[in-house]
Amino acid sequence: MSTPDTAISMPAVVQRPATGFWRRALRHRSFVAGGALVLLVLFAALLSLVWTPWSAYDIDIAAKLKPPSSSHWLGTDVFGRDIVSLLLVGARATIAVGIIAVGIGLSFGVCLGLLAAARKGWTEELIMRMSDFTFAFPAVLSAIMLAAAVGPGMVTSITAIGIFQIPTFVRVTRASANAVWSREFVLAARASGKGAFRITTEHVLPNILSVLVVQATIGFALAILAEAALSYLGLGTQPPQPSWGRMLNEAQTLLFQAPSLAVYPGVAIATAVLGLNLLGDGLRDLLDPRLARER
Amino acid sequence: MKRLSLLAVAALVASVPLQGQAQGKKDSVVMAMALEPPGLDPTTAAAAAIAEVTLYNVYETLTKINEDGSVSPLLAESWQATEDLKSYTFKLRKGVKFQNGEPFDSAAVKFSFDRNAAPNSTNKDKSLYQSFEQVSAPDADTIVVTLKYSEPNLPFLIGQASGSIVEPKSAPTDATQPVGTGPYTLGSWTKGSSITLNKWPDYRNASAIKLAKVTIRFISDPAAQAAALLAGDVDAFPRVATRIVEQFKADPRFVVLIGGSKAKTIVTINNKKKPFDDVRVRRAILAAIDRKAMIDGAADGFGVPIGSFYTPGSPGYVDTTGINPYDPEKAKKLLAEAGVTTPLEVSLKLPPPPYARQGGEILAAELAKIGITAKIENIEWAQWLSQVFTPGGPHNYDLTIVSHVEPFDLVKWTEPDYYFGYNSEAFNALYKQIVTTSDEAGRAKLLGDAQRMLATDAAAGFLYQPQWITIVSKKLKGVWKDVPQFENDFSTWAWE
Repeated sequence: MSTPDTAISMPAVVQRPATGFWRRALRHRSFVAGGALVLLVLFAALLSLVWTPWSAYDIDIAAKLKPPSSSHWLGTDVFGRDIVSLLLVGARATIAVGIIAVGIGLSFGVCLGLLAAARKGWTEELIMRMSDFTFAFPAVLSAIMLAAAVGPGMVTSITAIGIFQIPTFVRVTRASANAVWSREFVLAARASGKGAFRITTEHVLPNILSVLVVQATIGFALAILAEAALSYLGLGTQPPQPSWGRMLNEAQTLLFQAPSLAVYPGVAIATAVLGLNLLGDGLRDLLDPRLARER
Repeated sequence: MKRLSLLAVAALVASVPLQGQAQGKKDSVVMAMALEPPGLDPTTAAAAAIAEVTLYNVYETLTKINEDGSVSPLLAESWQATEDLKSYTFKLRKGVKFQNGEPFDSAAVKFSFDRNAAPNSTNKDKSLYQSFEQVSAPDADTIVVTLKYSEPNLPFLIGQASGSIVEPKSAPTDATQPVGTGPYTLGSWTKGSSITLNKWPDYRNASAIKLAKVTIRFISDPAAQAAALLAGDVDAFPRVATRIVEQFKADPRFVVLIGGSKAKTIVTINNKKKPFDDVRVRRAILAAIDRKAMIDGAADGFGVPIGSFYTPGSPGYVDTTGINPYDPEKAKKLLAEAGVTTPLEVSLKLPPPPYARQGGEILAAELAKIGITAKIENIEWAQWLSQVFTPGGPHNYDLTIVSHVEPFDLVKWTEPDYYFGYNSEAFNALYKQIVTTSDEAGRAKLLGDAQRMLATDAAAGFLYQPQWITIVSKKLKGVWKDVPQFENDFSTWAWE
């Protein structure tokens, strides 16, 4: 029973990234640049767990709004907190929100998308119309609704952003899965008596992984932007927990006194989003088998 | 470099409208305020923004509270109190009309006072009007107020916006179509943007009113406030965000007026809730607070520390800031004594003004040092009112920061369903003694005792008396520096 299975499913794995993936990857400019920026943000977040130049929570009013100096490399904010420390710790919130929100979107979205592609009929209709419905509410709007119901906070914003990501993943998954379902090797698998569940896990999912990885990277970038927007509006990360969006909000009221305060978190957000977008572009090129062969 | 280029842009923007408007500007002014009023009837809602638009402009009161806190005649020409200060007779000004043509007389005054005291009244000072035993109108221009207790401050108290005299027929619609006896009528109200007041030509003293039109814009964002002033879009900004003041001090186009207030910015502690019903816990919270850091951080230095619910300069003021001084070590000991297990998690609900949001972050950091974890919740005014403030409401909070702007409101500590949750027989008895003592020196002494009692009880984290900052264009004269209550008296404003 197992022999024909293995034989038939062989074609399914041909699109696995080749052994030369890393060699190609390191030559891909946007992948390298994006990867470096993302690593930088990741490093900042990890570093903040063990070390920051100053405490990001201790308030020292006497030292407020100090310009950059040797002790405070980027100066201090309106509460006398060290900007560098705030940026480092803020990276944590950014990454946590990104990972969890994308995790929510990915897990629910992919399951539903695969189910829609496997079942067709009214199941597919229902899932797709539901995701259209969810898609109609932008993350910021659903976060405002959630905040009104359960109060603002990091959990609220993560949930809202995560829910917002689901329909995107549903659509991407279903579209790519449908394409795989129409391939000959799937027909062969069905002919050999495999059920929809096994075909989905053994043939469809591995073949759409690359698309999902790319979508996850883009979703991550969108989640970071959404988190910054929500924190800026006061709906996301709550004080005293540092967050880039909240730093922007505080800086906004000081635009005339200390304009540079708005620049630092702005640059940080831009770095993370740019990095993820470049990385996503790079991954798309590298993981696309057609493009790979053309090279 | 960034700062320079921003300023350059601002200066460029500023020069344009100034030239364009130079000719037509002599009799109109654009003022801005941080908050928009929810309605325009100061006798039915508490928001200070209502008074800032309407008091002395649309509505008038029997007495006028001047810049220095003194009281002078307005709709009442004179008044006389009995020896025991329990009965006042006011002689009303003759020949005054309401803006809808109805005559102003003692019937309107009686109607207004009775309306404020009605059971369904939502007047901010309902308790004051309910303490009136009788309001009688022996003739058209005499009104006699008889009180249940002696009240030496009555002329001051009825001079507040909540004592505005309304016209009986138009009173129900005053919130949207205000009708008063003042020099200005409502021109237009673009919700969310601005209110325009036009000079009322039939005002009894119309020739003395210099400004024909006043536009009041609503700008809550500090950076936008600074931009509007720098651009010349706004000629005067009372109660401007303290954060932007510094840069205007050196600007020759503006005058920065730093005025005292009768306001008290406090950390309210829910006295009813455990473990704050234990005075040691409340004292610990107070000992954790560094008032100087609070004033610098929350009010950008524009405040005077207070130790009780009373402001420096008021009659009978005593300095109580030494009763619960900043001492984090003592705070930790007090918490241990009270048997509180640290870290103690408490809620800290903060309304939108910058002093509360910034003060809240400082408070949270200070409390963290003594083992109290304050969970900050930034909420909107509507939520704050329903969750925290509403008398008799759920009072669902542990700590909050707010500025009590009403003058002389020690009475709030005697109200059992007020959001303080403070209930002290001793204080109630003392307060009763204050209001029944008619000699000045005796009252001052008792007022001192009351302040000390609130401080010793650590009834709240008394922080500072805020200073109100007004930024005005150099050429605009007559804008008040000191603000005993929230108002903008446009009748005194004029262009140079």
